[in-house]
Amino acid sequence: MKKEVYSLCYMCSVRCPIKVTVENDQVKFLEGNPHVSGMEGSICARGAAGIGLLNDYQRVQHPMIRTGPRGSGQWKKATWNEAFDFIGERMNEIIDKNGGQSVAFGERVQLTTPIAKTLMRAIGSPNHFTHDALCRGSVRTATNSLFGYTVTQLSPDYKNTNHLVLYGRNFFEAIEVKGVRNLVEGMEKGAKITYIDPRVTVTATKAHRYWMIRPGTDLALNYGLIHVILKERLYDMEYVDRWVTGLKELQSFIQPYTPDWAEKETGIPSQEITAFARELSRDKPAVIFHYGYRCASHTNEIYMRRSIGILNALMGSMETKGGYFIKKGPGEVGEKKARKLTDQKLPEVDIIRFDKVGTPDFPLPELKFGVAQMLPYAILNEDPYPIKALINHRFDTLLSIPDTTLTKKAFDKLDLIVAIEINYSDTAWYSDVILPESIYLERLDPVHQTDGLIPQMYLQVPAVQPRYDTLEGALILKQIAERLGVGEHFSYETMEDLVRWELEPTGFTLEDFEAKGFVSYTDQQIIWDRKDNIKFKTPSGKIEFVSSMMEDADIQSFPEYEPMPSPPNGQFRLVTGRCALHTHISTQNNPYLNEIVQENVLWINTEKATELHIDNGAWVEVSSKYGSGKIKTFVTDLIHPEAVFLLHGFGHQATMAARSFNKGLADSILQENISDMIGGSPALHHTFVSVKPV
Amino acid sequence: MSNYYLYQDKKRCIGCYSCTIACKTNKNILVGPKPTDIIPVGPKLIDGVPRASYVFMPCFHCENPWCVTACPTGAMQKRPSDGIVVVATDLCVGCKSCMSACPWGTPQWNSETGKVVKCDYCLDRVNEGLSPACVTVCTTQCLHFGKAEEMTDIRRERYARTVAEL
Repeated sequence: MKKEVYSLCYMCSVRCPIKVTVENDQVKFLEGNPHVSGMEGSICARGAAGIGLLNDYQRVQHPMIRTGPRGSGQWKKATWNEAFDFIGERMNEIIDKNGGQSVAFGERVQLTTPIAKTLMRAIGSPNHFTHDALCRGSVRTATNSLFGYTVTQLSPDYKNTNHLVLYGRNFFEAIEVKGVRNLVEGMEKGAKITYIDPRVTVTATKAHRYWMIRPGTDLALNYGLIHVILKERLYDMEYVDRWVTGLKELQSFIQPYTPDWAEKETGIPSQEITAFARELSRDKPAVIFHYGYRCASHTNEIYMRRSIGILNALMGSMETKGGYFIKKGPGEVGEKKARKLTDQKLPEVDIIRFDKVGTPDFPLPELKFGVAQMLPYAILNEDPYPIKALINHRFDTLLSIPDTTLTKKAFDKLDLIVAIEINYSDTAWYSDVILPESIYLERLDPVHQTDGLIPQMYLQVPAVQPRYDTLEGALILKQIAERLGVGEHFSYETMEDLVRWELEPTGFTLEDFEAKGFVSYTDQQIIWDRKDNIKFKTPSGKIEFVSSMMEDADIQSFPEYEPMPSPPNGQFRLVTGRCALHTHISTQNNPYLNEIVQENVLWINTEKATELHIDNGAWVEVSSKYGSGKIKTFVTDLIHPEAVFLLHGFGHQATMAARSFNKGLADSILQENISDMIGGSPALHHTFVSVKPV
Repeated sequence: MSNYYLYQDKKRCIGCYSCTIACKTNKNILVGPKPTDIIPVGPKLIDGVPRASYVFMPCFHCENPWCVTACPTGAMQKRPSDGIVVVATDLCVGCKSCMSACPWGTPQWNSETGKVVKCDYCLDRVNEGLSPACVTVCTTQCLHFGKAEEMTDIRRERYARTVAEL
């Protein structure tokens, strides 16, 4: 019997709507949901490789309890009861001795996140954190400071844009299917792309303008652009007059940052910067300066991302066709969102967080995500108090947080490490217990609420039976809660119970999703009048160049630019990124994806490689103050001489994930754990490395 | 040639390999054979900007296929109804003559079965009136498939837009 199931992909965090063709409980085909505009069959390579994950015997098949030292790979298969009892016994002991706050929970934001937050609230811990800081922490803070919206509430209108400006946002390799398709349509209609990156990527090969910028100096480029735009009055005056506060302060701040100054810092000729500013002005307001995805590169990240927001504001591109639209929720049409488990009455937790977010030490990053990379410091220094247990849910903490050696040292101080995982991630491998989660094709997940021009809800539903002895994340969390004596907040028995309860206030039912996989609250796009009715959520209701949020926290809106240092002789700035075949650290062992991109290589500039007597394809040792490792080279003119590059996500150490075991080198081994202490992101491109032949 | 035309609009292609992987999953083959593949060429600097081409390699379904002529067992066949070149797996003895004969390296060795596997435009899907797997999933919709005489060429439309005096 053949059937078609509409669901969501979860090979990455984008969650594209998909159609799954199933025959005799086997997935026959995966494609983009034909009912969703901008999908219509399209799916990326990782999405297509979902079948490889489903049938992979190298993923975690049973609950596992460690029998040897951590990381030794000595495990025994356990029943679910044994695994939950093991966790319950140890965690209760830890909580009795150290309090609920000694338990931390880290995850990649997912549909079960409210369930995990409920668990932590229930046991009295403030220490739920997500991967967000490692990704978009600083840019969230930046757009929040300007518009009162975080970046995920802003939606670029690629289809109608005249000009898209990308700062290392490798659009055609870090793929979001709808975005890519809309941009390709836009290009067909004449949209131009300017791409700025120290490295030539696929995106560079599709761009109309490419600048190999000196690494880390994008902020200087933007200051040069803003200088020209203000001096030559190239901005959208009507829009800026109506919506912007702090233009005068920006004008006086930007005086010294001329295009000639920017040329010295960035290496981009000043006349090209000026010409670019004029071109953008002709293209405005249908211009997108892209805020970026993984925006966690430098300690001044907050100011770099704010400069992008300032440029968008000057072009009048916010809430503009071909620019950005603010995403609207069902409240805009008088409807209700789905309920979340955290909407229940839960105990208040009035204890400082491990990362001190929300205190004067770290006032601006969002409380709901926290700052993940502070965890090793909190554990090691027992500051603000001891953390003794950690649950990682689909978050490979060891390879995500920079400085793996430091993170491992912190792990060694923990009395209990639990992984809820589908893969043998490095973190799962170093845990005490692994609780295997069913994958997206096997499980019903909580409701996926999507705000946008048309607010909608999507469901991820099971297409087939679980292949192995795995459970849904929300049921795993419920079981843990019961073992910790807080089960009363988890009043669902099955996933269906939970989803029906979530949907209750919305007026939609589970059955409403069957026909197309989603429901819409309205069929009319909700667009605000950009002349008169944009609801910016800053205290002033305007775009705040001088941010009251920052000034209130005694943080300057316009600090003086600090030059980006060049690496000392013989060293390089380590730059990392993504390719189209892998999602972060999670897909390297997928048989299909592994076949095409099996390991990472170190990109190094030809001239520099010649000086160091390094041949293309040769093994080299890369080392920083924090660690070192061996990797093969790719000697090329396609990278700036100050930088070396490697793909994130390789160098896995779990032997049971045999295809990816020991293939390539993990960037986190080399990186320093240092952060943008205002925006909240780690500075993943801060580290200098040496490279020598082996 | 076959009655069909599979056209890759290289201007749109971003070399993401969703075609290659969907092709393999539809044929239920794991590591090794790639009945369709993307071969990146470049990047090279052209007029000061880096340019690359991501060339899609399916089977061309030739008028007089070298592989069919070379096959000693009659496994490699050209379907009379529409000209699709397809290998009848039960007749394939794994002699690899087709692999040697094909000028473009299209037939692939499947070590799991000890037989050859190749692009057949996803015969199972075409028989159901669907497009091949690669065309269906293409991220940028750069792959187009249909009866040759029914297909419009995007290049003509694109050129028309550039010369239209509007």
